[in-house]
Amino acid sequence: MIRSITRNKPEEEIDRLLEGLTRIFVIGCGTCVTLTRTGGADQVRGMSEALAGRGKLITGETVLPVACDNLTGEALKEHGPKVEQSDALLIMTCAFGVQTVARQSGKTVIPALDTLFMGKESGVGRFDEICTQCGSCILGETGGICPVTACHKGMMNGPCGGTNDGLCEIGDGRDCAWTLIYDRLKELGRLDVMRRYQAARNHQASPGPGIWRDTPEAEEG
Amino acid sequence: MGSTRFKEALDSGKFVVTSEVAPPKGTNLEKMKHHVELLRDRVDAMNVTDHQSSVMRFPSLGGALLVKEMGGEPILQMTCRDRNRLALQADLLFAAARGIGNVLCLTGDSVILGDHKEAKGVFDLESSQLLAAVRTLEKGKDLGGNALDGAPAFCAGAIVTPEANPLEPQLIKFEKKIEAGAEFIQTQAVYDLDNFKTFMAYARAFPVKVLAGIILLTSAPMARFMNKNVAGVRVPGELIDEMDAAPKGRKVDKGIEIAGRMIRRIRDERMCGGVHIMAIGKEERVPDIMEAAGL
Repeated sequence: MIRSITRNKPEEEIDRLLEGLTRIFVIGCGTCVTLTRTGGADQVRGMSEALAGRGKLITGETVLPVACDNLTGEALKEHGPKVEQSDALLIMTCAFGVQTVARQSGKTVIPALDTLFMGKESGVGRFDEICTQCGSCILGETGGICPVTACHKGMMNGPCGGTNDGLCEIGDGRDCAWTLIYDRLKELGRLDVMRRYQAARNHQASPGPGIWRDTPEAEEG
Repeated sequence: MGSTRFKEALDSGKFVVTSEVAPPKGTNLEKMKHHVELLRDRVDAMNVTDHQSSVMRFPSLGGALLVKEMGGEPILQMTCRDRNRLALQADLLFAAARGIGNVLCLTGDSVILGDHKEAKGVFDLESSQLLAAVRTLEKGKDLGGNALDGAPAFCAGAIVTPEANPLEPQLIKFEKKIEAGAEFIQTQAVYDLDNFKTFMAYARAFPVKVLAGIILLTSAPMARFMNKNVAGVRVPGELIDEMDAAPKGRKVDKGIEIAGRMIRRIRDERMCGGVHIMAIGKEERVPDIMEAAGL
């Protein structure tokens, strides 16, 4: 299952972001960050205790069912004064959750996590990015393996000269996507597809920030 | 396709020799000028490297201009790591307008391997697409399909790694680069010349001149380091032993002897169109390598 992959911010960064903010309400989420063990009930509890130990007053804590949902504002209202009287909400969700809470609560929000990518847990504790949502899908010509995502340089016409023994030149043991694509296409008897010249990509296929209207009359956000 | 001194050398059928010079980290061009002076009348052309290994330096375009101004024949190395298609095309126009007519199109190393590890790696284009961009500009159009007021002309080349493992994906890429417009190929360093002959038996069928990459060995540990860390470079055990056996203080001389011997064999057996000598950090010894090769 695809999920938002997050990593804890360093303690020093959280301390810096919380400078001058004393009364803190801590928020986790029951979906992605619970599954990745970065913002579930245990991590929220641990963060509250750690912050209390560093002199913060924890006004309360909660794990929202789905932080990025439209009902987040309602869910926070249940905590009434604990949220209202806080100087800031420390949010242990992906950036989508942080932005949703910011919009719906009107409070100062401080993210406790960095959002890395949309991906999956390939092995216990090992997360891989699957799709960068580039807006011009090439999977039909690459054996179902995405070079835009899985190749460090997003190469479109085959491997760069930096690959060695099937590994990427950046040297952290990751696979060379184009070796994987080559192996797959060879298996499928479709190496001819790899011989096709791919012109320069349209990097504005989905101009950032992404906005897509499925009909011209689509409602304004 | 442009006509340059280097292109004429490639077409002449002579054994072509290229080498390279690296622009400095800073504004002091004296050492680079010294290398250009040393090489300009000895080699057919010299590559000017483009932030080699993703280490920020004086630009290859400025370096190529310097080579030109000093009467040398530059090959402008261009990587796709630091510039998008607008900047790459603009630099190609500038190069052509200033008489720099040879370009080597590279994808470029990852930013992470260099000395600005947090920089954005651009890779808007890649090597084969940059070659295609060169050929598009030559037709008087830019990549946006707009007409140019004055079209450039280039002798354009690319690289290949004949010792890559697995090899076939690199060969598919090699063929795409030729289709995209590469006229010459400089290879990654080769040391096992029997393997290289096998590669050339394949490569000879394509309409490109291949220059075999020769990297000067300076010590046995340097050879082992390359085997471990440089993609597609395989120094055979016998050569490492030979470097090991050389007396202390004479290691570089031994490396020069080996390089000379290899170049001589490549030329005598007519394996390919010439050699590209990379004496990384020892550019002043390139004339000695050429002498050892009987060039």
